[in-house]
Amino acid sequence: MNHLPLLELRGVSKRFGTSQDVVARIAKVFGVGLPDHTVYAVDDVNVSVFPGEIVGLVGESGCGKSTLGRMAVGLYGMTAGQRFWKSEQLEKLDPASRRQKQLGMQLIFQDPVSSLNPRMRVRDIVGEAPVVHGMVAAAEKNAYVEELLQRVGLNADALPRYAHQFSGGQCARIGIARALALKPELLVCDEAVAALDVSIQAQVLNLFMALRAELNLTYLFISHDLGVVRHVADRVLIMYLGRIIESAPTPALFSSANHPYTQALLAAAPRLEVRKMVFTPVKGEIPSPLHPPTGCHFHPRCPHAFHRCKVEIPTFREIAPSHFSACHLND
Amino acid sequence: MSEDARNAQVVSSPALETPMRTFYRNFFSSRVATIGLVGLALIFLAALLAPVIAPQNPYDLATLDIMHSRLQPGERSLDGQLIFVLGTDEQGRDMLSAILYGIRISIIVGFASTTIALALGLLAGLIAGYAGGRVDSLIMRAADIQLSFPPILIALILLALTGPGVSKIIVALVAVQWAYYARTARSAALVEREKPYMEAAVILGLSPLRIIARHLLPNCMPPLVVVAALQVASAISLEATLSFLGLGLPVTEPSLGLLIANGFQYLLSGKYWISFYPGIALLLTIVAINLVADHLRDILNPQLAK
Amino acid sequence: MASDHESALASNVPRPTLEVQNLTTEFVTRSGIAKPVRGVNFSVMPGQIMGLVGESGSGKSLTGYSIMGLVDHPGVVTCGRVLFKGVDLRGLNSAQRRAIRGDRIAMIFQDPMMTLNPVLRIDTQIMEVVSAHYPVDRQTARAMARSALVQVGIASPDERLSAYPHQFSGGMRQRIAIAIALINKPDLIICDEPTTALDVTIQAQILFEMQKLCREAGTSLIWITHDLSVVAGLADTVCVMYAGEIVESGTVQQVLALPRHPYTSGLIACAPSRNKPGAPLRQINGSTPSLLALPSGCAFRNRCDRASDICHTPPPTVDEGGQSFRCFHPMPINKFNESVG
Repeated sequence: MNHLPLLELRGVSKRFGTSQDVVARIAKVFGVGLPDHTVYAVDDVNVSVFPGEIVGLVGESGCGKSTLGRMAVGLYGMTAGQRFWKSEQLEKLDPASRRQKQLGMQLIFQDPVSSLNPRMRVRDIVGEAPVVHGMVAAAEKNAYVEELLQRVGLNADALPRYAHQFSGGQCARIGIARALALKPELLVCDEAVAALDVSIQAQVLNLFMALRAELNLTYLFISHDLGVVRHVADRVLIMYLGRIIESAPTPALFSSANHPYTQALLAAAPRLEVRKMVFTPVKGEIPSPLHPPTGCHFHPRCPHAFHRCKVEIPTFREIAPSHFSACHLND
Repeated sequence: MSEDARNAQVVSSPALETPMRTFYRNFFSSRVATIGLVGLALIFLAALLAPVIAPQNPYDLATLDIMHSRLQPGERSLDGQLIFVLGTDEQGRDMLSAILYGIRISIIVGFASTTIALALGLLAGLIAGYAGGRVDSLIMRAADIQLSFPPILIALILLALTGPGVSKIIVALVAVQWAYYARTARSAALVEREKPYMEAAVILGLSPLRIIARHLLPNCMPPLVVVAALQVASAISLEATLSFLGLGLPVTEPSLGLLIANGFQYLLSGKYWISFYPGIALLLTIVAINLVADHLRDILNPQLAK
Repeated sequence: MASDHESALASNVPRPTLEVQNLTTEFVTRSGIAKPVRGVNFSVMPGQIMGLVGESGSGKSLTGYSIMGLVDHPGVVTCGRVLFKGVDLRGLNSAQRRAIRGDRIAMIFQDPMMTLNPVLRIDTQIMEVVSAHYPVDRQTARAMARSALVQVGIASPDERLSAYPHQFSGGMRQRIAIAIALINKPDLIICDEPTTALDVTIQAQILFEMQKLCREAGTSLIWITHDLSVVAGLADTVCVMYAGEIVESGTVQQVLALPRHPYTSGLIACAPSRNKPGAPLRQINGSTPSLLALPSGCAFRNRCDRASDICHTPPPTVDEGGQSFRCFHPMPINKFNESVG
C-alpha cells in the first residue's frame, strides 16, 4: 500500500459562533455584554486516509463527525488547520484549482431522498456535473449516465424519472451514481445507510464494497452504527464532542477498546446474540457543545474519572501498535 | 459485479408521472377552481376579441355622439343601428364596449406588472437568500423600506411625477409589488439552501450562478406562483383605485376603474349603469383570479413537502 | 366468549392483557384499496414485553395505531377484534375509548414532539394526563408529576417541571413522554420506535428504565421497531411483520435462534454481526412490494429462493411448540436443532 495518505487533515478545527455585531461590541465595552456563544464543533483533529482503505468514523450526536466529513470535502471552511489532498495543501491553491482537485472527493448523504433535487430528472441529477466539467460531451451524457446506473444496479428506464418515484434504497443508488460520475478517488459516506432498512442496507453496503474493488475507491465511512462499521472498516476513529479520542485497527478496537467512552459505547449497543440484556447505561447526558466540560470532555460521565481529568486535556498517544487513545489512565 | 449486488427494479408508475401531470390532475379536481379558470378564460377571450365583438370602439372619439349620453340599458341609438345593451356613459360611450376594452387594459396592466415584479423580486430574493450576509441585508432593507409605505402612496407619488399612461402605471405597480416577491423568494431560498441536494450541488463543483438558476429557482417557484396569482387581482384593483382617483389612465382610454369613477356622480340620481356594470366586471375578474389562486395555493403547498 | 373468560378466571390462568384477532386495516386510495395491516393475530400477557419487528412498509406502526383507535381517514379498521382484558376496544364508543387511552393503555411515539405540546410547560402537560382521568387537586397532581420525572431518571425535577419542551434534549423529551405514558400506571404501553432516533448511549438509558419499570409494575409492553438487536435484548416474545402480515412469531429465543420463515432468516442473516467482516453481507434480493400490487398468496415469494408454485396460494399458519410461522417451505432444522440458513 502507498505510504502517502490520499487525504490528510492536520490540526483541523471548526468553530461556529455568532460573531458579535457593533451593538454587542459596544455593550461589551460597557460591561453589559452578552456571552459569546462559540461552539467548537471540531477541535484539533488529525485524520489520514490512505489509498484503498475504509476508515470508519464513529460518534454520537454533537460529536462533530458530520462537520468533519463536510470539511474534508470542502463544503465547510476550516477555522484552523490544514487539508492535504495527495500531499498538496488545498487552501494554498487558488479557488479554481482547489475546486478542481476537490472533485476527487465526493459525499454520500444520510437522507437519500432529500439529497436529490426534486425537480430534476435522474439523467440530469447524475449527468449535469460531468458535462459541466467537460468530462463527458453533452451528446454522450445519456449513455454515460446509463452506464453509471447499471453499475449501481438500476435500469436505464430510470433516466427520465424524478426522485420521488423511487424508494429510499433506489435513491441511495442514484446518489452513489451521481458521486461516481465525477470519477472520484475518495467517497465520504455521511451516515449513508442509516436511513435505510436492514435488508436494503445490506445491499448498499455490498455495493460499496464491490465498488471499492472495481474502482479502487477509498472511503471515509461516518456512522453511529458500530455493527456496520465493524463490518466494513479497516480502521476506526471514535469521536466525542469534537475530538478524536481513540483510533485503532478494527479488530483491535472491538476486542480491546481502551478509552472508557469507547468501552461504554460498545457495552451500550444491543446485540442480536444477547438475550435479556442488562443495559448498563452511561450516566448523564451528552453535554451540549456550547458548554463542553473542561479538560477531558468525557470526565463527567466517566466511571474512572479523577482530578486530573477535569483539568488537563489528555494527549492522544499510541498505546499499542497503530492503536491511539486520549486518556489519562494510560499514563 | 454479482447480480445480487446490482439487484433493483425501477418503480414503474402507470405513466411517466411528471410534476406537471400531477399538477393538472390536482388542479382540475376542484370544481370551484375549474369554474374560476373557465370564467377567467372567458374574460381573457372577451378582452382579446374586444375589437371584434364590441359594438363600438370607445376610443374613437368620432363615433361618439353626445346625444347618446346617459341612455338607459336597452335603448337604441338615434339612427337605430346600435343597441346600447348596458346603456351609455355621459360621453355617449356604449358601456359594453367600454367594459370590454376596459377589461383589456386591466388585464394587460395586471398581468404585465405582476410578471415583471415577479421576475425582479425573484432575482432579488434568490440572490439575497443564497448569498446571505451584506448582500442579503442590503436587498432586504430596500424591500422593507418599500413595504413600509402604503402601496397607494408610492404609486401616487410615482404617477404624479411621471404622468398618466399604461406603461407608467405598470412601472408604478412593479415598484409597489416587487418587494413582496423578493421577501417570499428569499424565505423560500433560505429553506431550500439548507437542503442536502443544494449541498450536493456545491460538492459537485457547480458554479453559484448555475446552482441558483438550475437548482434553487425551480424549487422556490411554488410559493411565488401562489403569491403572483393572488397579486394579479390585487394589481388590477390597485390600478382601478388609481384610475378612480384620477391618476391612472387618460380619460380617453378608460380602464374599469376610470369608468367606475366617471359614473360615480350619477349613482344616486338613478343612472346606476355607468358605474355599476364596470364594477361587476371588475368584481368577476377579481373573483375568478382569486378562485384560481386559492386553489393553486392549496395544491402547491403539500407539493412543497414532496 | 364470556364463558371462556369466566372459566379462565376460575382456573386462575392469567388472561392476556391484549389479544388481537384478525386485525385488518384498509386505506382507500385513488389507485385502489391498500391493506397495510392484514389479519394480524397476537397476544400479550401481563408483564410481558413483545417486540413487533418489521421494515418500512411492513405495517407495524399502523398496527399500533389501529389498536389505539388512532387511524384516520382515508384509513379504516375493517375487521378483527382487539380484546383488552377481555373487552373488545372496537366495540366501544369514542368516550369509552378516551377513558381507556392515557389511563389503561398508553402510547409512546418515535418523535417525542408528537406527545409534547411545544407551548405548554412540562408540569401542565403531565398533570393534564392525571386530571383527565382522576379527580385530583393541583397539589397532588404536581407531586405525582414530580415523582414521575424522578422515576424516569430526570435529575433536578423541580426545575425541570417549570420548563418547556424546547429546553430539553431529544433523549430527555423522550423520557418525559415515557413519564406521561407511565403516570397512570397503565396495563399496556405501545411504543412506536421510541429509541430509533436516539444515540446509542441514550437508548441504553431508556431501555434500562423501561426494563426496570415494567418489571416493577407488571406493565405489558409492545415494542415496535425495525432493530432486531433491541428486540433481542429487551423483549420476551417477538412478531415479525412483512407487507402487513405477521409471518413469524414466538419467544425471542425461538425466533432468533431458529428462524423458520425465510424472511426472518434473511433479516437475521443480513445483520453485519452475523457476517464475516469484510465479506459481502448476505442480502435479501429485491424490495418490499407495493401494497397496491401484492403478489398473490405469500407476499414474500418474489424475493424468496425457496418459493415454488404452491406459494401462489396463501400459506397456512404452522405452529411448532409456541413458535408459529406462515410458510409452505420453512427453513429446516438440522439434527443439531439449528436453523439451516
